[in-house]
Amino acid sequence: MSLIEIKKLTKSYESGDECVTALMEVDLEIEKGEFISVMGPSGSGKSTLLTILGGLNHPTRGDVVVDDIPIYKLPLEKLADFRREYLGFIFQSFQLISYLTVVENVMLPLSITDISSREQAKMAEEILDRIGLRGKARRLPDQLSGGEQERVAIARALVNSPPILMADEPTGNLDSKTGKEIMELFKTLNEEGQTIVMVTHNPENIEFSTRTILLKDGRVDGNGA
Amino acid sequence: MRLKDISINNLRRRKGKVFFLILGLTMGITTVVTLISITRMMNEDISKKLDEFGANILIIPRSDDLSLSYGGMNIGGVAMDAQTLKDSDVPKIRQIEVRENISTVSPKLIGVVEIEGKKVPLMGVQFSEELRLKKWWKIHGAPPKNPAEVLLGNEVAVWLFKSTGDSLPINGKSVRISGVLDETGSQDDFVIFGDLALIQEAMKKQGVLSLIEVSAFCNTCPIEEIVRQISKQLPQAKVTAIKQTLQTKMEALDHFKKFSVGISVIVLLIGSLIVFTNMMASVNERKREIGIFRAIGFRKSHIVRIIFLEALIVGLMAGIVGYVFGLGVSHVIVPMITGVKGGALHIDPLLAIGAIFLASLIGILSSAYPAIHASKMDPTTALRAL
Repeated sequence: MSLIEIKKLTKSYESGDECVTALMEVDLEIEKGEFISVMGPSGSGKSTLLTILGGLNHPTRGDVVVDDIPIYKLPLEKLADFRREYLGFIFQSFQLISYLTVVENVMLPLSITDISSREQAKMAEEILDRIGLRGKARRLPDQLSGGEQERVAIARALVNSPPILMADEPTGNLDSKTGKEIMELFKTLNEEGQTIVMVTHNPENIEFSTRTILLKDGRVDGNGA
Repeated sequence: MRLKDISINNLRRRKGKVFFLILGLTMGITTVVTLISITRMMNEDISKKLDEFGANILIIPRSDDLSLSYGGMNIGGVAMDAQTLKDSDVPKIRQIEVRENISTVSPKLIGVVEIEGKKVPLMGVQFSEELRLKKWWKIHGAPPKNPAEVLLGNEVAVWLFKSTGDSLPINGKSVRISGVLDETGSQDDFVIFGDLALIQEAMKKQGVLSLIEVSAFCNTCPIEEIVRQISKQLPQAKVTAIKQTLQTKMEALDHFKKFSVGISVIVLLIGSLIVFTNMMASVNERKREIGIFRAIGFRKSHIVRIIFLEALIVGLMAGIVGYVFGLGVSHVIVPMITGVKGGALHIDPLLAIGAIFLASLIGILSSAYPAIHASKMDPTTALRAL
């Protein structure tokens, strides 16, 4: 049984009088421990695919089953719980909360759990240590470089040990050297068993992943190794 | 970290906006606290003035006989020796439900005594109560200190050609004149005031009363209610309320109360609107942030709680500051209205709690729509980048 199963997934949007189909009859299976790169030109539907996989965007037709859970059959609040337990998001442009310190940003997914504040701080510090940001825990995001902010975003996504890590253009706002460092971090995480689904424009990032899915006009164009 | 930390940190970030938000709500609470304090002080002022007016309830024996009057007040069949009021009736008046509103109870026995061939009206009173009731009395000499001393009305003193220190024979008993009243322009000028027990004994009417004068004031119930309750205790007596100019004052106070309520409602509505627009703007500014919260697994109820916590913190602060300001403003304004110096600041815990509760309630109610609106935001629209 695959960790993620997508069956006949179609997503259409109303745009004025027109109906735009972003994804058309997509079938996909992702196994536990895979590092998937989703590539494709602008408008190919890769961001739509990521939001649907992430439980943020209801499909028009088709099913998304994660760990045997048909996620779009869950009530909305249960779907929120699913996102908290199963997914770690790394957004484009980091999307850190500007008025929270580094450690507070990392603790954000834990703030709605029963974990004590002391335990939360311990967990956050452990993950910050792992990504090399221990000394900057009390800083605000705007006091960090782009690469450091990306690392904080990764720490936030990993702090509650989710089975799946989802990343949207994780190197889009970084210089090539920092981008490569981040991709190496992703590779290490994957080697430790972390399942990763990453949307990227950058062909250089593909070499770090275990499989590439190419999207074109809302359809899967190829399944590279 | 807990949700409250997110709320507190967000408020800290928006210091300027939060200041105006608290200011808007504070102005509303200050107005309400000031108006309540003014109304209360005016009430107390009227209550004090009532004491100066003297009695406002008269209790006389129920009688079908010829009526007599005292000071323009009907005192029933006194001359016909109606004996339905007794000393034992006095404590009963202080047993009514609204007894805390009774200030003074002054029992009296009225009679006539012959002194040096002249017939003079005589009144037995309890001086401790009578002197409280008639604060306008000015005495040449001193008030009687023992039962063997009497007080003379101004006209009686002239008529009998007696002054302070002289002796008077009352039914064979000699008493000393401790003082003479200044002219009052009332019935009191023609009366000899003696100790109630002494007069009762002299007139051989032990335990008997002609009338009881009561001074009472009720902030929360009409004087008629006090009258009704006394009548219930003393079914054999006729209890009458004396309408005074005070009623006009009470009506003016009532109008002021209505005006205060109107102003308070308007000011609080403006405060609510400030909170609403500010919270709505804050929610719209935070679309992206709310999208992140939702994407990482926050439930709608978590978003609502963050917004409500912010509103509650703002409300609590506005309530505390509003109460303190209201206290200060009323301390300055009240003496101007009542003409009485304010004295020390009077902190009313109930009003303080009420002000804080009201501010918090307005904060939360005004934020209800923005909070629900925020919780319904679509995370993908909020996070356009995704």
